[in-house]
Formats: sequence, structure tokens, C-alpha cells
Amino acid sequence: MIDGWEVVIGLEVHAELSTRTKLFSAATNEFGGDPNTHIDPLTLGLPGSLPVLNEHAVELAIRVGLALNCTVQRSVFARKNYFYPDQSKNYQISQFDLPINVDGWLELPDGSVAGIERAHLEEDTGKSTHIGGGGRIHDAEHSLVDYNRAGVPLLEIVGRPDLRSPEQARAYVAELRSVLVAVGASDGKMEEGSMRVDCNVSVRPTGTDELGTRCEIKNINSLRSLGRAIEYEASRQVDLITAGERVEQQTRHWNEDEGRTHKLRSKEGSDDYRYFPDPDLVVLDPGADWIERVRAGLPMLPAARRHRLAERSGAPLTQTALIVERGLDDLCLATIDAGADPTRTITHAEHNLSDERARDLDPAAFARLVSMELDGKLTATQTKTVLADLVAGGGDPEAIAAQHGFEAMETGELEGLVDGLIESNPAEWQRFCDGDAKVTGFFVGQVMKATQGKADGKVVTALLNARKSS
Amino acid sequence: MSGATALGLAAAVRSGERSAAQVVEEHLARIAEREPEIHAFNEVTADHARAVAARVDRIVADGGDPGPLAGVPVAVKDNLCTRGIATTCSSRILEGWRPPYDATVVSRLAAAGAVMVGKTNLDEFAMGSSTENSAFGPTRNPHDTTKVPGGSSGGSAAAVAAGFSPISLGSDTGGSIRQPAALCGVVGVKPTYGTVSRLGLVAFGSSLDQVGPFATTVADAARVCEVIGGHDPGDSTSIPAPFPSVSPHLGDGVDGLRVGLVTEMMGEGIAPDVAARVRAAVEALSAAGAVVEEVSVPAVTFGLSAYYLVAPAEASSNLSRYDGVRYGLRVDAPTTGEMMELTRTAGFGDEVKRRIMLGTYALSAGYYDAFYNTALKVRTLIRADFEAAYERFDVLVSPTSPTTAFALGAKTEDPMSMYLNDVCTIATNLAGHPAMSVPYGVGDDGLPVGVQVLAPTLGEVPMFRVAAALEGSLG
Repeated sequence: MIDGWEVVIGLEVHAELSTRTKLFSAATNEFGGDPNTHIDPLTLGLPGSLPVLNEHAVELAIRVGLALNCTVQRSVFARKNYFYPDQSKNYQISQFDLPINVDGWLELPDGSVAGIERAHLEEDTGKSTHIGGGGRIHDAEHSLVDYNRAGVPLLEIVGRPDLRSPEQARAYVAELRSVLVAVGASDGKMEEGSMRVDCNVSVRPTGTDELGTRCEIKNINSLRSLGRAIEYEASRQVDLITAGERVEQQTRHWNEDEGRTHKLRSKEGSDDYRYFPDPDLVVLDPGADWIERVRAGLPMLPAARRHRLAERSGAPLTQTALIVERGLDDLCLATIDAGADPTRTITHAEHNLSDERARDLDPAAFARLVSMELDGKLTATQTKTVLADLVAGGGDPEAIAAQHGFEAMETGELEGLVDGLIESNPAEWQRFCDGDAKVTGFFVGQVMKATQGKADGKVVTALLNARKSS
Repeated sequence: MSGATALGLAAAVRSGERSAAQVVEEHLARIAEREPEIHAFNEVTADHARAVAARVDRIVADGGDPGPLAGVPVAVKDNLCTRGIATTCSSRILEGWRPPYDATVVSRLAAAGAVMVGKTNLDEFAMGSSTENSAFGPTRNPHDTTKVPGGSSGGSAAAVAAGFSPISLGSDTGGSIRQPAALCGVVGVKPTYGTVSRLGLVAFGSSLDQVGPFATTVADAARVCEVIGGHDPGDSTSIPAPFPSVSPHLGDGVDGLRVGLVTEMMGEGIAPDVAARVRAAVEALSAAGAVVEEVSVPAVTFGLSAYYLVAPAEASSNLSRYDGVRYGLRVDAPTTGEMMELTRTAGFGDEVKRRIMLGTYALSAGYYDAFYNTALKVRTLIRADFEAAYERFDVLVSPTSPTTAFALGAKTEDPMSMYLNDVCTIATNLAGHPAMSVPYGVGDDGLPVGVQVLAPTLGEVPMFRVAAALEGSLG
């Protein structure tokens, strides 16, 4: 992206798990609500309250771990100690040296693979609002804390620094979101904060192996911001280095409006969180039986769907990715199974089925329509029209075609029309014969006009070429 | 000094011979008489007690089952949450806080018909061995009010010794039930870690804390354990089983039981009069048919050092929630950070601050391995040494406290000498084992001496059998 430089990106994604209750208590896990309405003694860190692990959160964590090809292992909850008002106990229960999921990978739509270092369980914090001053805790007149989010189960998915471009980083997050949604672990809504991305960026001269000093960028709220933030940050770092300065390890804040990152705090001399195993909780050992039960219950994942469709249709992975993303791969496979031409089926799915209702399309009807087109009974344009009707209201493709008056024209009838046009437009015909391709459109347009669109443009062109060479 | 036993009172109330109201009034009268000089309570909950007693009496009148501890007054250590009743941990920092819930042990006692008469004084956040570290002033030993009652559950021990209630609840992190029981001449039990719920116990050292009873008799203590113990799904460290059924075995005797006298707890630092009472105790056991031998448990000598890393480390984290943001004391300041700092500075006493500092240091990067991790290894070692001893012995015996009750103020200036009070009790908490203190006569100063009976995990039955035998041998 910058000549002579390589950008190295590693992402930490926090995903809120879709459980009914919080990670360690029975308070409801729900987005929004009036401040401090989804709370209980543990959420507020009241004296004497104790955490009890939510089994469903563990199940979801295992699902994601397995979906990311991780090893699911015996894990330990630890306390991460730091004072902050939106953290009611002034420590966060997280996993430190023994996380539940380790060493996995994620396959991106283009077939590349990004490593996953770990995916561990932890509790979310509350939200502070600082009133007055600069809206920051240091100079606020007063601060308000809402603990509704405190204790919501999070899975922190730590990716390895395997990504090399903003596009790849965006693809990684999009793919991760698809996986989370596919396994039912999270709704993946970045705009509601149920999926939050922290981005580590460093740069190095192309061709070198050593990692540069990285900066962590926070407050990235969309895929678009992610790409922009990486681009900004990479060029900031390259500018520093080329000016003879050094990159300081920092946490930086992405400002969407200004389109730039700014320093939040220095990370050199890193924070001491005094991690130690939480004595209120016991070792989490899900055991092989549970893990295998979860594995057996996993749905087919996006990468596998892409490969399956590519193998069955012969289409490249990049093309099947879009179809899988739209959730149309099952439809395509069923349509192909019903006898439709794979290539035409994939082409229609890619270009003509962006409507959400397309998922409910009857594969048999879709297959018949594709065959009608291939048999020359419908033109490409007519097929598209019938397909749109099928998506909108279902039905029988032959009947819909008939309703539209789409009847394939006999070639003989077309020949007569073409000959008539050549006769009445000698100047244009001469230009066509002289090789002016632009005039082809004129003849095809005239035929379409005469036939109210029933003619197949390709057949008309073929007839014109045949007349020219005869 | 004390009146009827808990079981005796419950039987009388259940049979209708006496009313709970009557029993409660008698105890409230005794409290009114001696509490001003003892200061066992942070709050006497007289209105609450009268209301509960009336409820018990109604159940009896209606022919219902009022529970095994019907009408029995109980004093509750003020680090156990009580719904709507102030729970202070004897700290300024919890000023004004009323928990919205009862601790599991409190609700189980209530369900058994017991009547809470008050919240008892303690060393702030249970950190101490004399109940002098209370923000509300010390508790005095009912046997001699110039002496400490021990701690940290000094208020609960004194309440039972003074006859304010036949039973009380304490918590024991390094000896905080057993040591005051010994100094006040009552029975005190620290059950196996995980047998009694910690839900609603304000945490000090979570991996060490355990709730247990004080009583005037071994049988009362056994019954209270059975009532408050047993699985609680609200405590992840709770053992999923009922409390060992000990009451039926109290009369089993000790014939053939193998009893080990712990060498390391009989030597240097143990007062001769205390050691003499312990020897008298093992002789009594021997006479009752137990096989008594001395046994070495070498790692217990590292107990104190390991404890003063593990407990403060956990405490430093457990006590970080007291920041003035949500409840308790708040000292206003221009910024949130300063507010937290000033609140904690004003709200915590010296001993609490000392342990927060110790624990924070022990967990810090660069020191974690040398301190906290090493302490955990010592903990494993202690457990192993105990286990080796329990291959040969059913129970172990030792003094509970190295001395009888000491004078108020005698050790407040020297934390180390105060810490040494727990030298016989601390290893038990590190191992997670049960242990109890049984009164066994008096020392040269005429003050009570306690004998400690230690047992392996879930070894409550032999432990209580030995305790009952010791109690019986005194006649």
C-alpha cells in the first residue's frame, strides 16, 4: 500500500456472546435498557457476592473455538486488577495464561489463512459518561456509570499478526463475524458494540522479517473505519520512520470524523494488572465428551460452504464467497442438483439474486428457468425478469414467461426481420460490413423494438455476422 | 457464665415448654447487662430478634415445625451479609451499607428457626487476632475484661462466652474462629473448605475463608455445622454434598482412633501452661482408648510466611471494590481518582492498609514468582505433609493458641508478634482442612486454654468424636 513498506496487522476482536444472562450471574444480558436495570449484587460488585460461571457462555466459547480450529483446553479464570469506576469490583475476571481456546486459524474468502492465537472468556465492563470538562474522566464535573453491560460475556479473539493490508483486515473481521453468527455465538453487530475491534498496526520495509513497533488502535466501529484507520496509521508510522524518528508503542484512538488516530496513552513500561487465578472460581475443564458433543452440533461454516459450492459448480472461491455470504449456496446446490447448468446458476446468484427473499426461491423452478434460458427459449433479459418475479412471488417459470408474452422467436422469423432492416438501412449496413462494431447495437435495438424485446440479442448478432460473410 | 445449650433451648421451644420470645428476652437482658463492658456487638438487633421469635412462636402454636434451632439466639459476625441490617466488617469504609440479601449461612440459620440477636465486632475485614483492629473499638474478653478475646471473630466468641447467645457465627481465614474460641473458653469450628457456603461472607482471603460456629458445647457446634453446611450452587467452591453428618457420632468414643500430637506445634513459642493442658488432653484421649503418638508435619513451619503472601494478595484484590463509587463511604474530591484515593485512605484502618500493600507487592510483575507463586508451592507442600501425617493418623492435636488471652494493647504496636498468634492455626487454612478448638481447662493465669483438633478434608466425623471425648473427659 505504501511503496517499499509492508504493513503488519493483528486484530483483537471482542465479541459479546448471545447468552440470556451474564457470564457470572443471573442478571439479564440485553442490549440497551434504562441505565442500571440489568444488574444484580454481583454486577455491582457488592460485598459478599460471588461469581458462578454461565454454562451456556462456555458452550458458545467452545463453539467459536472449534469453528476457528482452536484446541479447546482446560482453562483458568484470573483477575485483572485495575481501578476504573465502570468496573464494579475494580478487577475484571478474564483468562490469562490458560485460555479456553488456543492455536487456531481462520480461512478468508480468498483462500488465505490468518492465525488465531487464542479466544478467551472474560466479562465486559460497564459504561461511563463524563459530564462537563472535555467529556473525559480527568476533567469531568461529574461522571455517571451504567452497569447494564458489566458482566456481559465476551470472547476475546486474539489474531496473530498475519494480515498485510486493510482489505485483508476487513475480510478477516467480516469472515469472523460470519463464523460467530453461523455458530450462534453472537449477533456480530459492530454498531451496537457486540463486536469490537482493536487493531495492532506496525510497518516494516518490504522484504524484512523483523516486526516493527506496533500501535494499538481503539474505537473502530465499522469495517470502513477499520480500513481507514489502518491506512492512516500505517502512513503515520512510515512518515515517522522516514523522517528519522522512531515509532513509540502506544494505544491510539481512531477519530472517525477527523479521519486520524491520536495518542491515548503510551504502552512502554506496560501496565501491571497483577493477574492471579480467581479464588472464587474453579478450574474450567469441559472434558472431551462435551467438546465432541459441541463439535458434532456445529453447523457448516462459511469456508466449508465456499469450498463445497466451488467444487460442485466449478466456480472460483472468490465468486462462491459472495454467494455464501448472501446465504444462497444451499439454493445454488439444490438448483444444480435439480439439473441446472452450474455456471449459469452461479452467474444468476451472483448478479441477479441480491434480494433477501432469494433464499426462499424454489430450486426446482430456478433450475427450470435456467434450462429454458440455455435452451434458447428465453433471452438473458427475459430470464432476469422471470427470475425477479420468481423471487418476489414464486410460481412456475413457464407460466410467468407466458404472462409476459416471452415466447422465443423462431429463427426464421428473425431472419426475415434482419433482412428487412439491412435493406431499409443500407448506410448502416455498409458501416457494419466495414467493421464498425458500434452499429451492431443499432440493428439489435431495431430488432428488439420490432419484437418487443422477445428476440435474443446474441442470435441477432449471429445472424448479422452470417449475412456479412455470405 | 453461659446459660442453657442451643439444643436444650430448641427442644424447650419446640415442645412449647418455653416460648422463643421468652428465650430471646432473657438473652437481650443479659446483653443489656454486660454488653457495655464487653462490646461484643456492632449492633444488637433487638427488634429483628423479637419479630423472628414471635414468628417461631406462631409456628409452634400452629403445630408446625419451627426447625431444629427453634428460638435459639445467635450472634452473627459483622462480615456476614444480613438483609436490610448494616454489615460493616468493623470498617468505616462500609459506613451506611445495608445488604439487599442474607448470606447463605444466615438464611439457613433463619430457616432452622434460629433468632439473630446482633452483629458482632471483628478486626476490620477479619484482619487481626485480637479484635483491636475494629473501627468501632475493641471487644473485651468476658473472662477478664483487661484481656483481648482473640480475633478476628472476637465479638462472636465473646458473645457466646458471655452468654449473650448460646451459639454464634464467625469466619476463619487463618485461625479467626479457633483462636478466639480458645481465648474465650468456647468451642469453635473451622469446617473443611467448601463445606460451608461463602456466599454473603464479605471476602478477605477467598481461598482460605470459611464460615463456622462458636458454641458452648461440641454437640451445639456440630448441629450448627449441619444446619449451615452443605452444597450451595451460589458458591462455585462449594462441595456438592451435604455437610458430613457428625451429630450421630458424638458418642462413638475414640477407642482405636489414631491421634497425632504435632511436634512442630509443641515446641518453641508455646507457653508451658498451654503445652501442659494439651498434654493433659492427649493423656485423656489415650485413657479413652485412642492411640496417641507424636508426629512431625515439617512444612507447617512455613505456614505463616506463605499465609502472609496468599491472604494479603487475595485481600488486595477483594478489597479494591471499596472505592466510594457505589456504596459505603465516599470522600468527595474534584476527580474520580482523587475521590477513590481519599475514600480508601479515610475508610481503611492501618492493618488493612498494611495487608493491601503487602498483597499488591506480592502480585506485582517481577515479584509474582518470588512471592505469590512460591507461596502457592509452599501451600502444596503443606498439604502434602499433612496428607502424609493423615496416612498414619485419623486426627492431629495441638494447642490452638500459643498463649492464653493477652492484655489489650500488648501486641498492637508489633504486627509480627500479633501474627505469631496464628502459628498453630494457619496451616489448616492453607491446606483447606477442618480443625476445631475445644476448651480444656485454664492456664496459670486462670484463663481458658484451647486444644486444637485437626483432621483431613471431610474428616469432620473423627474430629468431632475427639472433640466430644475431650469435652467429656473434663466431666
